[in-house]
Amino acid sequence: MTGLFSEVFLGALLFGAVTAAIPLLLAGLGEQMSEKAGVLNIGIEGMMICGAYCGFVGAFYSGSLWFGFLTGALGGMAVALVMALLCVRLGLNQIVIGIALTLGLEGLTALLHHFQFSRSYPRLPAADATVIPVLSEIPVLGPALFQHHLLVYIAVALVVVMSIIYRRTQLGLNLQAAGDKPAALDVAGVDVVRTRTVAVLTTGGMAGLGGAYLANVGAGLFIPFITNGAGFLGIVLAMLARGRPVWVLFGALLFGICLSLTTAMQVAGINIPTDVIQMLPFLAVMIMLVLFGRRASLPAALGIPYERGAR
Amino acid sequence: MIEPHDIVVLEGVTKRFPGVVANDSVDLRIRSGEVHVLLGENGAGKSTLIGMLSGLQQPDEGRILVDGKPTPITSPRHALSLGIGTVFQHMMLVPSLTVAENLLLGGPWWQRPKIGQLEARVAEITRSLNISVRLHARVSELSLGEQQQVEILRAMVRNSRLLILDESTSMLTPQGIEELGALMRRLVEQGLAIVFITHKLREAAAFGDRISVLKLGRKVGEITPPRLKFLGEQAAIAEIVEMMFGRQTDDPEEERHTGTFAKLDATPLLQVRDLSVAPRPDSPGLSSVSFDIRPGEIVGIAGIDGNGQKQLAEALSGQLATSGGSVSLDGRPIDAMDVGQRRAAGLRYLTDDRLGEGTVGAFPVSINFFLKQVGEDPFWRHGFERRGEIDARAGELVRAYDVRTPSIGTPIGRLSGGNIQKVLLARELADGARVVIFNKPTYGLDLANTLATRQRIRDTAARGLAILLISTDLEELLSMCDRIAVIANGRLVGDVQNEDDVRTTVGRMMVGVAA
Repeated sequence: MTGLFSEVFLGALLFGAVTAAIPLLLAGLGEQMSEKAGVLNIGIEGMMICGAYCGFVGAFYSGSLWFGFLTGALGGMAVALVMALLCVRLGLNQIVIGIALTLGLEGLTALLHHFQFSRSYPRLPAADATVIPVLSEIPVLGPALFQHHLLVYIAVALVVVMSIIYRRTQLGLNLQAAGDKPAALDVAGVDVVRTRTVAVLTTGGMAGLGGAYLANVGAGLFIPFITNGAGFLGIVLAMLARGRPVWVLFGALLFGICLSLTTAMQVAGINIPTDVIQMLPFLAVMIMLVLFGRRASLPAALGIPYERGAR
Repeated sequence: MIEPHDIVVLEGVTKRFPGVVANDSVDLRIRSGEVHVLLGENGAGKSTLIGMLSGLQQPDEGRILVDGKPTPITSPRHALSLGIGTVFQHMMLVPSLTVAENLLLGGPWWQRPKIGQLEARVAEITRSLNISVRLHARVSELSLGEQQQVEILRAMVRNSRLLILDESTSMLTPQGIEELGALMRRLVEQGLAIVFITHKLREAAAFGDRISVLKLGRKVGEITPPRLKFLGEQAAIAEIVEMMFGRQTDDPEEERHTGTFAKLDATPLLQVRDLSVAPRPDSPGLSSVSFDIRPGEIVGIAGIDGNGQKQLAEALSGQLATSGGSVSLDGRPIDAMDVGQRRAAGLRYLTDDRLGEGTVGAFPVSINFFLKQVGEDPFWRHGFERRGEIDARAGELVRAYDVRTPSIGTPIGRLSGGNIQKVLLARELADGARVVIFNKPTYGLDLANTLATRQRIRDTAARGLAILLISTDLEELLSMCDRIAVIANGRLVGDVQNEDDVRTTVGRMMVGVAA
């Protein structure tokens, strides 16, 4: 048990927690937008894995992490476009399509990766950290929280951006109306299908970015099934956050700590089977659902395709 | 005040839905400075007409003129831009947003909502209309009356020239209705046109400048403003009743009530005493309903749809828990019996919800004949279906009741409403029926099937069964029943023998005007 509470351990734990939390944060924020607009986006796991794959391939061939993030976001949006066409425009069942997209893309990305790289898993060079002056010099917390890749800070800033969009803009009103009473939005003269499509595409972009971060920065390589349920955790986060972006951040950090413990405890050499430790985040999900599940307030029209004139 | 002029004109507008003509060549002129009342029962086609004016639906035939120019109204947004604002029967506000946010919905998405500008505009409008609105309250906290004012306000904020109010009084308190009437008056004085949809006669006569009456999708009459002024409220109501319930000379359904099969001296087969069902937010319940039906007698229940008809039928059949009263069949109380036992005792119920409640659409016709006997001899033995028995009996019933189906194996959902109804008739009238409750038996059927169904009901009465016929079609009741009771708000408000000239009496009771 030596070193469990040492500074090094704590620092590594927190650093890992932030790294693990960022994909969850991006997925959660993205899912939150879809859900606000009334689309239960189960396909987000598929959008993430597509983003991870496209992001990795983009970064691998271009040598630029940022180009990778761009291709990752585009990859996620491509999947979201399919989802939007089928579920928003054609009004098909969101759950079935979402599961199909997730399973399909997990398989497809694994297959493509196998074709390209056979059984080798090429790595990307380590990502450059952006060191924030002054703050990064705080003992323990400084190196753990303020020496990350720039995208980490951008993701956290997105929490603020999202809050402003939801509370201060016309778009935020439209999104909430699309989820709570789409008919009211329609008679107000706003196209419900278009509003929901924008939301789903944004979700795809954010989930794709999260996936790309996971592959390019978190792991430095692409492995099939690398997202390992991160998208689904994002759905849980969005549901528990009651429409507030800041709660997605807190939830993501909590899950991040759980995920990080997995690695940290192995480093610290604690004699627990890794499988048990790897269950932690999902155990945390169940505990959180038991504790806060009742409070989850979901939009009234969540999961219901909008059809004009139907009552 | 602006000179009155036509804002919207409908010319020969027809709208069809599968199997129904919702609007049949309707002409309508909507003028500024006028409250134009559209009056009609449920199913008269009022909502469809509104759907077309507000851009939710497109007419199949005919055209709509806005300011004299033919203009297809393609979407709700387009309707708004033409100055047509609609307050729908079901509130169209987002409950989780504030009043101000609801009013701001629909602005350019990249902008910040212009709260300040809105506040000024709202203050101006509310002052001129003498209403007050809490702009920063969440809509879910407002009463229905307040929500309605918000919707009217929304139409005003958008500079509507034509305001459509769809069944706007249905959820209001009497005082709220008075306030709405006064508000409408102030609005038309400002030069607005108002289309006010209702099925209540008093409101029409009290608030309207011009009244158009719709019946089964057709416009059957119009009272112009000078005539309305000349007539006064009472005479206007009398004239409207005549339009709504008056006999049409060329009506193909015209049938006289001829003779009765009732054995008037016999003891009643069905006795209902003080039957009550607790009201629920979405239904009126029943209060202290009592009546008797003798063998061979057809008793009709008239009333505007949704006044407790379905609750009455389901309380009798045992599908709905009662909160008081008793029902006896041939002198034996059946209150403790469940649905199956009542059916076995001879009480049969023909639902109006043929596909949802009456049949399983994906099952073949043959099985649907025996849905209420699943597991019973001889069609099932030891839990196994006996194909041969079922098919043989189903074949007999298909012939006896003239069910037009490709085969007895066809899923019943593919048949027409008339043929589904025949299957239900066969099922409910078979073996041991003594009292039969028909709920809207000809609703949505074409003429041939309607007449066939009515004949079937008469034949059933002739066999000495007691019949309760619930219908919203007054013609049907007048042509079939020995007695007609009127239900309003879950209560039987009157009861007449079906003799000469009860038409108007029943009609007036139905719309809530004392006989």
